[in-house]
This record gives sequence, C-alpha cells and structure tokens, in this order.
Amino acid sequence: MTDLLLKGANLLGDNEADVLVREGVIAEIGSIRAAAELDGRRLTVVDAAGLVLLPGLVDLHAHLREPGREDAETVASGSAAAAAGGFTAILAMANTSPVTDTAEAAERVFDLGRAAGLVDVQPIGAVSKGLAGVELAELGLMARSRARVRVFSDDGKCVHDARLMRRALDYVKAFGGTISQHAQDPRLADGSACCHEGEVSGRLGLPAWPAIAEDVVVARDVQLARHTGSRVHVAHVSTAASVEIIRWAKAQGIAVTAEVTPHHLALGTDLLTGYDPVFKVNPPLRPDEDRAAILAALVDGVVDAVATDHAPHARHDKEHAFPDAAFGMLGLETALAVVAEVAVRTRLLSWADVADRMSFAPARIAGLADQGRPIAVGEPANLVLVDPDASWTVDRSASQSLSRNNPWHGRTLPAPVVATFLRGECTAYRGRVRGQFDPEEIA
Amino acid sequence: MTRKHLLSSADLSRDEVDSILDTAASMHDVQRREVKKLPTLRGRTVINLFFEDSTRTRSSFEIAGKWMSADTINITGKGSSTSKGESLRDTVMTICAMSVDALVIRHSASGACHQVAQWVDASVINAGDGTHEHPTQALLDAYTLRQRLGSLEGRHIVIVGDLAHSRVFRSNVITLGRLGARVTVVAPPTLMPSGIGDWAARDGFATSWDLDQTLYAASPADRPDAVMMLRVQRERMSGGFFPTEREYTAGYGLTRERLARLYAATPDLPILHPGPMNRGLEISAEAADATSSAILDQVSAGVAVRMAVLYHLLAGETEAAA
Repeated sequence: MTDLLLKGANLLGDNEADVLVREGVIAEIGSIRAAAELDGRRLTVVDAAGLVLLPGLVDLHAHLREPGREDAETVASGSAAAAAGGFTAILAMANTSPVTDTAEAAERVFDLGRAAGLVDVQPIGAVSKGLAGVELAELGLMARSRARVRVFSDDGKCVHDARLMRRALDYVKAFGGTISQHAQDPRLADGSACCHEGEVSGRLGLPAWPAIAEDVVVARDVQLARHTGSRVHVAHVSTAASVEIIRWAKAQGIAVTAEVTPHHLALGTDLLTGYDPVFKVNPPLRPDEDRAAILAALVDGVVDAVATDHAPHARHDKEHAFPDAAFGMLGLETALAVVAEVAVRTRLLSWADVADRMSFAPARIAGLADQGRPIAVGEPANLVLVDPDASWTVDRSASQSLSRNNPWHGRTLPAPVVATFLRGECTAYRGRVRGQFDPEEIA
Repeated sequence: MTRKHLLSSADLSRDEVDSILDTAASMHDVQRREVKKLPTLRGRTVINLFFEDSTRTRSSFEIAGKWMSADTINITGKGSSTSKGESLRDTVMTICAMSVDALVIRHSASGACHQVAQWVDASVINAGDGTHEHPTQALLDAYTLRQRLGSLEGRHIVIVGDLAHSRVFRSNVITLGRLGARVTVVAPPTLMPSGIGDWAARDGFATSWDLDQTLYAASPADRPDAVMMLRVQRERMSGGFFPTEREYTAGYGLTRERLARLYAATPDLPILHPGPMNRGLEISAEAADATSSAILDQVSAGVAVRMAVLYHLLAGETEAAA
C-alpha cells in the first residue's frame, strides 16, 4: 500500500492542513512537503485544496437485498454505491430472504461485505424469527458471531407486540445491543396503506397511515426503554410529534437515539400527485410541518443521525399501480448531497455537524469502534473528500446500484463526493469505485 | 378540444364539460333512433381493460364504442397483473403493441390510469381507479341533473355515503363544482376521507355529519335540489367504520320516512345513485323506485356521455357530431 498525502484539505470545514496516511492510519497532520517519495516509500499526493475532509460516513440503515433479491442489489453493488456516496461503513438491514436471524446468516452478509472490500458492511440482526414478530431471533448467537451484531431490527415491519419489544430490549442489555425500531402501529391503518394520511391521500384516494401510527409506538418504546434500562433507536423518524416524544425522553435520561433519512428531510407529500411509485416509501413522505420539525431536530441534536434507508428495487417491482408497487428509494449515493442542500447550504449545519450526524453519531449508535473517528493522528484513515462549492446533476443510469428507483434523478444537488478512503485506500473517486478508475487519476 | 386522456375530472375545464354534455345530448338522440350507429370511429380500436369487476360501466363503454362504429374489445384482467407477477406496465404495453387507439381502464388501485398514460401512446380513459376518481360517472351525473334541473348554477346537490372509499364522490365534487353547483357531502366521521376539512375549504364545498340537518335546512335556499346516495359496502363494518347496518340506515339512509319529509317540500326532488344499490341500507326501495328517482336515467345517460367522451378524445371537433 502506498502512502497518501492529502494536500490542503479543509478538515471538517474549519481548518486547512495536509494529512499524511500510512498503513491505513493517519500518521501526521500539519504542513507536509509533497514529494514522490517520503522516507523511501511511494507517496500518492492528492490536491485537496478547496475540498472538505470529513470522516468516512456511516449509514445505520441500508437494504442490500442479498441474499434473495440479487437482481435488485447485492452486498457488492450496495457497497459500491455506498463508497461512491462517501460511506466507509454501512449497516445492512435484516429483511433479506432468508432473513438475517441467525449467526450463520449474519456471518454470510459480513463476509460478503469484507470480500467486496469497499466499505465495512455490518449486518443488523432481526429481532424476531423471520421478522414474524412472534419469537425472538437468536440475538445472542448473532452477537457472539464473527459478525459481532449489535443492532437488531425487524425493519420493514414494526415490533408491534409490546411484550416482545420489552423482552428484546431487556435481553440485548447482556451484550450492549440496541433495538432499532420501525415505529408504525400496523393496527392504525389497513394493510394496504401506501402514503401519509392527510388531505393529499384523501384527494388521491390512496389508503394511508396516519402520523400517529408512528407516534404511539415511539411513545410506547421510550417507556419500555426506560423500564428495561435498555437502548432503543428510532429508525427513520418522520413526524413532528415523534420528535417531541424523543426530545422529552432524552430530557428524562432515557437511552433513546434517532435517525432521519435525507428523503424525509427534503421530499414532501406534494410529490405524490402524479402517482409516481418512485416516491412510495415507508415511512411515507410527510407534509411540510413534519419535514420542518425533523430538520430542526437534526439541527438541535434531538435526532442523532442521518441514515439513508437505501432501498433498491428491480424496475418491474416499481412498475405497478402506486398501491401495488414496492416501498423504498435509493439513497446511498445522494445522502450527503441532500444533507448539504437542506442543511449546509442553508447554514443550519456546519461540516463539523455533518461529520457528527453522518459519521460520529451513527458509528457510536452502531458500536463500530474503528469508524466515525476524529480526524487525528493515530486514527484509522476512513475519510471522504467533498467539493463544497461544486454541484452535480443526479443521473439514475450512472448509479453504482443495480436499481434505478432514484427520486433525485434529474435534480441538481451540491457537494459531490470527490474521493472516499477506507483505511487509507481509495475506494471511490468521482462516482466510480475501485477498478473503475485509474489510481493515478486521484493524484 | 384537443385532449388526449381523461384521467381525472379536474382535467376538464367548465367549457370542456359543457361541450361534452352538449355532445352527449345529441348522442342521446341517436340512442332513440331505430338504427343506433354513427360512423364516427370506424376503424378505431377501443379496448375496455377492466382489472376490476364491473357490469354497468363496462357494458356502457362497450355499447358507446359500438354505436360509434369503433372496434370494441373487452379484456377482463381481474388480478391478472400482480397475482401472476406481471407488472402493470408489461400488461398494458402488451395490449398496446396490438395498435389500439384508446384504453378504457378500470383498476382497483388509485392512480393506475395516470401511470398507464405515462407509458402508452393510446388515449387513456379512466373508468374508475380505486378510491380515486370516476370522471365519466360524474359527467353522466351532471348530464342527468342538467336534464332534470336545467342549469346547475347555484343548485344545491347533497351527496351522502361512504365518501372515504368513493371515486364517484371525488369526481362529482369537481365536475359539479365546475358547473357552479353548491355541493354538500354527508357521512359519518369514519367514512369521511382524511383531510376533508382543508380540502372542502379549498375547493368550496361543504361537509356534514348530520343528514337530517342537511336535508331539512331551515332556510329554503339551503334545502337540496337533488340528493345523490352512494353505495356503502357491507364489509366496511368489519373495518370498524360503523357498527351495524341498521345504525347506518338510521343515520344516513334515504329511508321511506326521510323521503316522505323531503317530498312534502320538493315533490320532484331528483334522487340519484351510481349503483349497484344496497336496497334497505343506504337507500330504501321507496326512494329507489320513487317517481322522481333518476337512477335509470343515469344509466341511460351513461352511454350518451361515454359516446361524447370517445368522440371528444378520438374524433376531435373537426367532424360533425351526428
């Protein structure tokens, strides 16, 4: 491995320095002379002037579809999309086929991630066997496995049975686990719900979930977390009332954390009027009041992290009538740019805040020791270079993902990712991943 | 009028609605002839693609197409798409590859016609999409009301029933609003669509949970000029929308007693129902068969209105109507 020198990078957007990386670790930060060799070792010098250097992004919530739907995404293609989007670690949701509900299944995903080698893929284990919401999955065996699973979720489904949720929260305390909850009471909407309940769904005649279907589960779960003394993580929080409950719970000292998705921050229910299934997602896009509330909560820290809920789907699974189409949208390649658009350009968040919400906090929640680390000497060189002043137009056909359900297609967004480094190695450069670009290009 | 699709009642301006209803009037004359055939759409192919059961709408479109000399083919694809794993896009592209001029689509999913219109070259006519809209039903209701009442400007139309799940209601508030009618919609709170308060305020119609207050308003100006009863599906009870049939009827049915009281004030009050009726639930036999009932007129108007719609979308205004 050659050494790496990032010249003139803007660390977290607030101080300019050169960063020297050796053997995958940050060796020196300061003013470092650029040369073809340093101490007799080959050195790749990257001109990072004008670029912001952030810690590699960490995604708490990605659907990689392998095993089961390798036509929509694989661990490798999802890893590629992640690297292109500036991520160095992603958590792979358990709702594959078969479900990640055993140690063997978790290790398989973990190994596929290591084999792809573009980001650290950390499997999330199911809370219940087969996501059926009845019996606990083998949480302890998954935790003890080589994959060291620490986050458990039935995402896609809510752990709606209060007793099961209580037991899960209690049980994972033994190994420092967290339950990530898809908060949505299935009894408050019929099974065909496909968007937010409100004036738009009323006009469009679409079956819908009320916001309270999320709120009541969040309220219950923070109380269960208090009762059990355990940790609950609210996945993709999307309503103003849920945010207020989390704010209250944190003030009580309850161990609750929360994530928001870029699409819930930026896209609203007005997009549904054309019935384009690319905007069909669960939880659904919400009205402006909810968007404003979750953005404010991300800014003030009540919401800890941004997570993508990257949900690739084969084209034919989206080419149904809106109520029949699959839920979900792509997110890994656009997450940073969308956050930059809604929060950095508007001066609500600094780049240092972005580093917190998209790297430090999610790594902490996921229990990933070597990710989400400060940019400091001795730390693993998981880094991303971002061009804060450039803009780019999203082209779904240029995606690393195998799927094309990209709601941002055609939009111009700021802050393209220039390069991503995993333990000092360049995994992605300007939208292309290792093997698709010439290593000389980055110098 | 150069319109390609009819997907929502909101697509049509006041002028377009008037124009279609005027054309329908001349088409209605054709229906009364011994030989009911116009050459207008000779050589054109109209596919009735019904993914959901329908008797009256499908046969109405079929007759309309045939009397216009179009080649009309019915395809019933109940559940054929998703249950066989084929996407909606594949289903309609397969049919359109046979060179069709118009697709008349009934689908159980709201928005299905909007999506199909994005994919195909043919004209798409919404014959009812889920709980969204049913634009030709609203046109035939407007036609029927115009026959009975003359201009609908300022007329008060009361629509009663399962609004939440009704595509007839959604299209009617738009079309009747276009024609200047005042609309009040009545349902128990559980059968009101979500967000209807803001929606009604924005679009200028009224809502009520109280049928009697609406029907027997103190001021004569607020009394209804016509009443439209909507079908209530019995299976809604299991969804907890209302407790029992008799309770629904007591609150929201056009019972014999309510009819008598209405007739005391307005003996020729038009009573409409899009069918199929649940006699004894939302409408009593006395009301359905009343002398002022317009229910069979609606069916008759359906053919004329659909002929007019086919004419407007496929033939354009360059050719004479009849």
